[in-house]
Amino acid sequence: MAAPQRIERSVNVPGIGTSSRVLAPTGNVRRSVSRIAFIAVLVLFTIVFIYPLIWLLMASLKTGPEVFNNEILPNPIAWENYPNLLAVAPNFGQWFINSVLVSGLAAVSVTLSSALVAFGFAYFRFPYRNAIFGIVLATMMLPGAVTMIPNFIIWKELGFYNSTVPLWAGNLFASAFYVFMLRQFFLGLPRELFEAAKMDGSSYLRMWRSIALPLTMPALVVVFVFELKASWTDLLRPLMFLRDVDLFTLPRGLLAIIASSSITGESHFELLMAAAVITTLPMVVLFFLGQRYFVEGIATTGSKG
Amino acid sequence: MTPSTGTTTRSQHWWSSRSDRQQVKWALIFLSPWIIGFLVFTLGPMVWSLYLSFTEYDPFRGNPQFIGAENYENLMADPRARLALSNTIYFTIFNVPGTVIIGLFLAIMLNRVGRAAGLFRTIFYLPNVTPAVAIGALFFLLLQGQGLINSTLRAIGINNPPFWLTDPEWVKPGVIIMALWTTGATVIILFAALKNVPADMYEAARIDGANAWAQFRNITVPFISGPLFFVIVINVIASLQIFAEVWAMFQGRPSAGPSAQRASLMYVPYLFQKGFQDFQMGYASAMAWILFVIVLTITLVQLWLSKRWVYYEGQ
Repeated sequence: MAAPQRIERSVNVPGIGTSSRVLAPTGNVRRSVSRIAFIAVLVLFTIVFIYPLIWLLMASLKTGPEVFNNEILPNPIAWENYPNLLAVAPNFGQWFINSVLVSGLAAVSVTLSSALVAFGFAYFRFPYRNAIFGIVLATMMLPGAVTMIPNFIIWKELGFYNSTVPLWAGNLFASAFYVFMLRQFFLGLPRELFEAAKMDGSSYLRMWRSIALPLTMPALVVVFVFELKASWTDLLRPLMFLRDVDLFTLPRGLLAIIASSSITGESHFELLMAAAVITTLPMVVLFFLGQRYFVEGIATTGSKG
Repeated sequence: MTPSTGTTTRSQHWWSSRSDRQQVKWALIFLSPWIIGFLVFTLGPMVWSLYLSFTEYDPFRGNPQFIGAENYENLMADPRARLALSNTIYFTIFNVPGTVIIGLFLAIMLNRVGRAAGLFRTIFYLPNVTPAVAIGALFFLLLQGQGLINSTLRAIGINNPPFWLTDPEWVKPGVIIMALWTTGATVIILFAALKNVPADMYEAARIDGANAWAQFRNITVPFISGPLFFVIVINVIASLQIFAEVWAMFQGRPSAGPSAQRASLMYVPYLFQKGFQDFQMGYASAMAWILFVIVLTITLVQLWLSKRWVYYEGQ
């Protein structure tokens, strides 16, 4: 009974797909009007979403008085805004380096630790496994504010107040969200693969490293890319832990620029926009390089959450 | 593939026994980062912050002093806390439906675009990779009196557009506009869900004479109700905890002025001010627990309501 049904379905679906695309002879005009309206609305939304970013880039290349002149292209192009930014915010280069180091360490540590834990949940059989995994899921619900103050005190007592260590070191202890995601991928691997390795006398750690990790590389990249973005854009922790201007990350530095009267007070908005461009651009580049992974990550969290 | 003999003998010596105890031991080793993290950075801090919420505590001055429920009593009487909570609820009430409706609308559009959908999806998601502080900085300019938003409003005939950054009546709508710009993640989740709705369902409905609204109501919504529910829940949780964008535009920018800072004061920014500017960490812990109770209650209510409209395949 099941087999013929399946064949019928698979024949039907593509047929419907093509027939709905071909314009019917009747109602031709109505269809093309609605098609034009559809395209117009789509274009309108596209502009709404992309234009602020174009405006940002262009404003960073305009001279001060021209920032609000409502022209798309800067004329002349004020490249000097970028070197001038360094004159007003001399630590900007250092902030960039700090951001790269912190988000790199954050992403690497959370990927490895979460993959280790996720494999533990996917592969081993142990008492209360599902209950413990339930706790992992439950922690995702907890607002960060609840643990924020004790975490601050822990890092402070360890001597890491006014240091970038608390910005990434917590990631060595895995993150519930990524454990949840990676576990799904590890569960998808055929168990025979591991049984064979075990016959060859492989250790569990080695099975994890040389079988599980290589086979789930795309999922690991999703985690890495997600955390890189999360860490790069974070403001709360830099605001909590960093006092010395030298230690700032880019978002913390950008906030200092917004707050400084020598830039926004004297309306040097072009410099503020130049700083915002440098803070944003690495993420845009990362997104274009890892687009597939971003989309996959968001889509899987949505459908499996 | 064959391991060196040395490794083999060592491995056999270590794990040739397949006893359950070995499994448990190795499970513990693999789980250890999470176990340590959970105890030290989640469970311990939860208990600790609950205790701190009954104390007066400045970590740079001395040890916590137990004061009973005083923080909670003060919190109930604190007009700024009430203001921060009502501002946050105002923001959430407009931001969540706005995000979900626009997100669903764009996802449905993407679903009809066909091959070019990837390009538009990329564009819609770009605001989401923009760091929150940069979004705050950008909208600080876009929402200025002579900024892009007001010039657009003037161009379409609105002669006296609002002062989004200074008029207390218009500060929150400005924040909502900024937040609605980052609808991209919602679009991607709903777009992925829409692709799973079988096309022949729509065909059958059309044959039965169902119009577009009836198709949307009776096919699209039930089929994507799981992801739709998920998107609503995460947007509510995120909206209740909005921080960086408003902080960059108002509380973290001294020139914003007290009336705009008050009109835009949200719950987590106020908690942050109490904890990390005034160093009243006992009070801030009490605020955190109230937030936790609010988030938990709202999520549980949503979960309960979802049983009436969310349809899970295979149930």
